[in-house]
Amino acid sequence: MIKRPKPERFRLRRTMMFMNAQKPGLIKDAYIYGCDSIMLDLEDAVAENQKDAARFSLYHALTTIDYGDTEVIVRINGLDTPHWQEDIRVCVAGGADGIRIAKCESAQDVKTVEAAVEAAEREFGVEVGRTLLMAALESPKGILNAYEICTASDRMLGCAISGGDFRKCMQTKFQKDGIDMLVARGQMLMAARAAGVQCFDTVFTDLDDNEGFEAEVRQNKAMGFDGKSLINPKQIRLVHEIFAPTEKEVLQAEKIVRAFREQSAAGVGVFTVDGKMIDVAFIPGAERTLKLARACGMYEGDL
Amino acid sequence: MQIEKNAMAGTLESSDAMVTVEPGNAGIELEISSSVMNQYGRQIRATVLETLARLGVTDGRVTVVDKGALDCTLKARVECAVFRSCGKSDAGIPWGGVIK
Repeated sequence: MIKRPKPERFRLRRTMMFMNAQKPGLIKDAYIYGCDSIMLDLEDAVAENQKDAARFSLYHALTTIDYGDTEVIVRINGLDTPHWQEDIRVCVAGGADGIRIAKCESAQDVKTVEAAVEAAEREFGVEVGRTLLMAALESPKGILNAYEICTASDRMLGCAISGGDFRKCMQTKFQKDGIDMLVARGQMLMAARAAGVQCFDTVFTDLDDNEGFEAEVRQNKAMGFDGKSLINPKQIRLVHEIFAPTEKEVLQAEKIVRAFREQSAAGVGVFTVDGKMIDVAFIPGAERTLKLARACGMYEGDL
Repeated sequence: MQIEKNAMAGTLESSDAMVTVEPGNAGIELEISSSVMNQYGRQIRATVLETLARLGVTDGRVTVVDKGALDCTLKARVECAVFRSCGKSDAGIPWGGVIK
């Protein structure tokens, strides 16, 4: 049995690719595409009468396939279905890194899932607290309650908006400029940042519209998202390219972190780098840039 | 476990297998057809028999139509078919027990 390392609550998650857990041809080599996380789906991708089969398939995939550094998250069925409890049991028993709560609308939803996860961890002898959680916000109510959802549990790694369902609720459709989800994306991002968790954008479903996809990913980065949900491996590369820092940003970040260490050792709090004022507030951003640069193969320094 | 009624799991898609189980009383009658029979027939047979033994299934007709499934997929399909035949595939599965 493959023993996966303890999941990291905050790691690089630029790309989360959905995979139907019921399709062996897909899940057996999902890790070769190089996305940061894969999202094995027990929910919408699996037909109602195949939910049981998908779990058997998922269990053996989780315990026999070595996904390496790729994070493995499972999207479980909604709390209004008869499936979610067994979904949680199989995720925990199989050692999934995290669980994505579908149609999450309140802190109570998170707590309900957390209680079931903890019970499963005890049942299967898994370290209590190991399994991470994230919330999919799919309705206006979910977006309005984003902050209480994101702070409902120490297991929460972040939240993601689900565009299809959300647009339906709002009686709108996909718009090229993103105006249809502008407020929801913004509100969710603010809630996630206030809660100190990560935030992910929805999928882009038109695989033939490369221009539209690129525009959306650029907007995601400009708004401050950590990453994006994907439906096809061919979308991974562009997201990684766009989310990568520029060479100039990497050099700048390295300079800032080095200068900060030297200056604080000498008892100085605020100073300048290349004519710009720097103090402790700039450090987390600079460190994040270096971490991202390292993941993108752009930085091999010692910081 | 005992195969109580006819049940099936899996598909005929590439990398999958379709497993059918039927009640019987003359030991395990296993029939396999595979797109990779010459290379992997013995391995498939061994995996299916081992999985049935682990589930404690001693009697029944089992048909496997393999489309190049990995061992882990074969196991998943056999287990699901057997649990379905007992009407127990939806909840309370012994993950990590007989399912491993």
